[in-house]
Amino acid sequence: MAPHLRKQLVVVGHGMVGHRFVQAAIERGLTETYDIIVLGEEPRPAYDRVALTSFFEVGAEALSYLPEGVYDDPRVSLHLESEVTAMDADAQTVTLADGTAFTYDELVLATGAAPFVPPVPGKDLGNVFVYRTIEDLEAIREASKGAKAGAVIGGGLLGLEAANALHQLGVKTHVVEMAPRLMAVQIDEAGGATLKRHVEDLGLTIHTGVMTELIDGDADGNVSGITFKDEEKIPLDIVIFSAGIRPRDAIAREAGLDLAERGGVLVDERCRSSDAHVWAIGECAAPGGRMYGLVAPGYSMAEVVVDQLLGGEGTFLGADMSTKLKLLGVDVASFGDAFATTEDALELVFADAVAGVYKKLVVAETATGGHELLGGILVGDASAYGSLRPMVGSGLELPANPEELILPAGRGGGIDLGLPDTAQICSCNNVTKGDIVAAVSDEATLNDGGPCSDAGCVTKCTKAGSTCGSCKTVVKKIVEDHFAATGKVVDKSLCEHFAMTRQELFDVVAVHGYNRFDDIIEGHGRGRGCDICKPAVASVLASLLNHHVLEGANATLQDTNDAYLANLQKNGTYSVVPRIPGGEITPDKLIVIGQVAKEFGLYTKITGGQRIDLFGARLEDLPAIWKVLVDAGMESGHAYGKSLRTVKSCVGSTWCRYGVQDSVALAIELELRYRGLRSPHKLKGGVSGCARECAEARGKDFGVIATEKGWNLYVGGNGGAIPAHAQLLAGDLDTATLIQYLDRFLMYYIRTADRLQRTAPWMDAIGGLERVREVVVDDALGLGVELEDAMSKHVDSYFDEWKATIEDPEKLARFVSFVNAPGTPDPNITFREERGQIQADLTDGPVSLGSTIPVGAP
Amino acid sequence: MNETSIDTVVCRLDQIRKESGVTALVAGEAVAVFRTYDDEVFALSNFDPFGKASVLSRGIVGTKTVLVDGVEEQVPFVASPLLKQPFDLRTGICLDDTEVSVPTYDVRVIDGVVAVGARRETLSP
Ligand code: SRM
Ligand SMILES: Cc1cc2nc3c(=O)[nH]c(=O)nc-3n(C[C@H](O)[C@H](O)[C@H](O)COP(=O)(O)OP(=O)(O)OC[C@H]3O[C@@H](n4cnc5c(N)ncnc54)[C@H](O)[C@@H]3O)c2cc1C
Ligand code: SF4
Ligand code: FES
Repeated sequence: MAPHLRKQLVVVGHGMVGHRFVQAAIERGLTETYDIIVLGEEPRPAYDRVALTSFFEVGAEALSYLPEGVYDDPRVSLHLESEVTAMDADAQTVTLADGTAFTYDELVLATGAAPFVPPVPGKDLGNVFVYRTIEDLEAIREASKGAKAGAVIGGGLLGLEAANALHQLGVKTHVVEMAPRLMAVQIDEAGGATLKRHVEDLGLTIHTGVMTELIDGDADGNVSGITFKDEEKIPLDIVIFSAGIRPRDAIAREAGLDLAERGGVLVDERCRSSDAHVWAIGECAAPGGRMYGLVAPGYSMAEVVVDQLLGGEGTFLGADMSTKLKLLGVDVASFGDAFATTEDALELVFADAVAGVYKKLVVAETATGGHELLGGILVGDASAYGSLRPMVGSGLELPANPEELILPAGRGGGIDLGLPDTAQICSCNNVTKGDIVAAVSDEATLNDGGPCSDAGCVTKCTKAGSTCGSCKTVVKKIVEDHFAATGKVVDKSLCEHFAMTRQELFDVVAVHGYNRFDDIIEGHGRGRGCDICKPAVASVLASLLNHHVLEGANATLQDTNDAYLANLQKNGTYSVVPRIPGGEITPDKLIVIGQVAKEFGLYTKITGGQRIDLFGARLEDLPAIWKVLVDAGMESGHAYGKSLRTVKSCVGSTWCRYGVQDSVALAIELELRYRGLRSPHKLKGGVSGCARECAEARGKDFGVIATEKGWNLYVGGNGGAIPAHAQLLAGDLDTATLIQYLDRFLMYYIRTADRLQRTAPWMDAIGGLERVREVVVDDALGLGVELEDAMSKHVDSYFDEWKATIEDPEKLARFVSFVNAPGTPDPNITFREERGQIQADLTDGPVSLGSTIPVGAP
Repeated sequence: MNETSIDTVVCRLDQIRKESGVTALVAGEAVAVFRTYDDEVFALSNFDPFGKASVLSRGIVGTKTVLVDGVEEQVPFVASPLLKQPFDLRTGICLDDTEVSVPTYDVRVIDGVVAVGARRETLSP
């Protein structure tokens, strides 16, 4: 073997912790001395397993930590589908199944854990699954298609997650738990009972205190049901095991390394195994004999090993096992000493059986006679989790009436606490309050050498909030409090003329019933407005009144494109885009479009939005062009407006052999319903006839995907500068409910979004998908009917603004080349030719017609 | 360069909406004529030197606060419809980049009729 001067480090396992290890190794310079080889068994690079359930909504790409499959640092190489089957600690090699061997100077085991499947007869039948990898979820989704009922064996944290997923897939779901309550590890009996009621209300069936005796199979070798110890039988098509996890320590065991009593590679506080060159981190490791089934401790172990290999002193001394999750819309959190095992601990309990809320705080008396927080359990409302958890171990004295911390806001709760800088805010990434404040303070350098200006940036720079997300609200609060305390005004003004946001402006206009810019700026602004506030006011007025945007003085408020109902091109000409709803068009209309293009000499192109754009139209030709189009039954496509653009469709069930619904018909219905709707930014929709998603509906502000049972509605997607995938708002809807939700969603967006804020960042700003679901689906604000009414008002008052323009001489007056020579073409407009069509050309300076051209009198 | 001093009558004042502009053909050149909220009238070359197209009359008209010798002044301006650079209606100077300006023209309103005169050789006021 050739001598190598650089050392070689092999990482086995490319999961969450293995990936974090490599990231830290690169960041902290370990790759200056080591080449790193990562061997991962799964077919894809590491992904966010904590968010595994959202795979159904967002897909594998969105979960991936390394979508490209390569690290920026060339000294790290990643090998996928490479399961290590053996290691030899003496020879310092690891071997893959095909015999390929890798030598190492240092070996890091990050093989994670595997779901534990108890030895129940029938466990190997078809449609019996575990819940750990993306492949598991793909298989479950496939099996759920024909399935009526399913059971999850295990009612712990992961079991409920799996049950949630199964339920969302439209399968009647049972949860089977041996212990007398759900989530027995995290919550107490009363909390478990509250949780059970919530989950049952959602239509799941919970069986606690029962043992599964056997899984019954049918003639094809698939699951047909389960039988409990007391002989009760349930017919089923799917079974998912979620009965705990076991560390994947097989290769270490065979190599003779020490293991912990209950499994896991036994490591010391440096995460070093019984072999000095073998380290173990994450769920496969058992520091001091204890394994940790959460990601945060694994991340700490990864940092410790990097530190050790760099010659540092880092050690792992146990971890915070707090958890918070939202299952089926129910908040559950457990943190610190939740079971009051500390001597002399006191419990404070608040329970509201009607509202389904259970909260418990575990406190202890301090030396000075006050109280400190040791832990707690929250079920049904975990909003206090973010502020309570960091108090544990912070040494912070509780207020005189600690029960106020868990009382509902109206009853004295919700008070503010001054957390110390050392309080850990993000347990997933070990970020303290001090770290967060440091990121926004003036001296900060994390954000390209400067301070962060908002919570989103802090999450990017410190990682706080980037894993499970449960600390996000507190991160935001800390950032806002810091800005407030340092007197930094976060300026939300629209522009120098209006000291308010677009949402506030919308409310002002709606409440006062204004319909003129002059009244609005005189009453609530200063100066005479500009190119920012005028279009914003124009958009608000258009949303509220649905009037003609060129009506009276409103014409002067419109942005460049709206001002002439066409898109301005670089050489001063315009483009024309007739609406082609859902992309469906008759040959006759196609012919008319072709004729218009020929007659007016226009460049023709198919757009990315399934319609046809005609470019190079002179301002004075627009009315004549539109006259032909309108006469042929076409109408404005609003390609120029911040308004609904297109609802893209796939061909769907009318022609496609896979289609399960008529996606074209729905796309047309939606496009016609929302056409002309002015909004804070452009709005796009899409409808696909099946999950193959040929219409790219999840890349749209609202996307609909057909299912066997109806429609899945996704919201908040876009392409553009910052692409985002739409997220599942509600599934298997009938058309009427779909439209009801969409009406609410769109109107709520129009009312509350900022200027030029698309649906995705708007959703982030108002509290994410959950909040949108509360408002749109659960109607938590009681706004549902109002929003629907506003939309039906829009639908009823729709008119084609181009038709109205060509019929109104006053509006037509704007469409002239020169006010004093309406028939003279502007000489500044020039074209060149390319590929047989015109292209826009520019001139270096103004072009003169010469002073000889006679011009008409006014 | 055009050196005529004879005013060209371009339109009636009420043909220009308050806070908007029209394009006029003046001695063979495209001139943007604007009317502000308080009925002042300004004429600028219609050619946007940034976008290199004849479009300025189609921009949004408003005011911008500018600090002149420490004093806040409300400047009437038009934003180019192409890339939104603001131009001072009185001087044609770009408010974001004072190196760049568009030529201005003399303009008068007589008996409700707008007449554009010669291109100004120097920047005013
Ligand atoms: C014509 C077209 C390109 C083409 O030839 O295919 C086009 C052309 C323009 N796009 Fe686009 N976009 C076109 C499809 C798209 C798409 C694809 C799609 O719709 O599936 C996208 C990405 C998807 C999305 O929006 O989520 C797209 C993302 C943008 C953006 C970025 C928006 C964002 O959120 O980042 C802008 C800028 C903006 O709106 O502020 C933009 C703006 C523009 C403007 C309007 C710029 C302007 O104001 O002058 C272009 C004017 C066209 C014109 O003069 O007629 N266009 N644009 C497409 C017209 C579709 C239609 O039938 O209406
Ligand atoms: C549905 C679900 C929800 C969860 N929710 C939470 C939560 O809310 N909060 C929380 O803290 N934790 C949660 N967890 C747990 C969390 O995902 C794990 O703690 C974390 O993934 C552990 O990281 P790891 O790298 O040790 O293991 P893994 O992420 O499992 O990575 C181990 C990798 O090693 C590979 N591997 C194994 N053996 C070999 C081999 N011999 N050769 C090559 N590769 C091998 C595996 O294929 C795997 O890709 C959840 C887990 C699941 C499944
Ligand atoms: S999304 Fe489905 S129905 Fe639509 S065209 Fe593609 S495969 Fe066919
Ligand atoms: S606590 Fe999980 S991301 Fe912060």
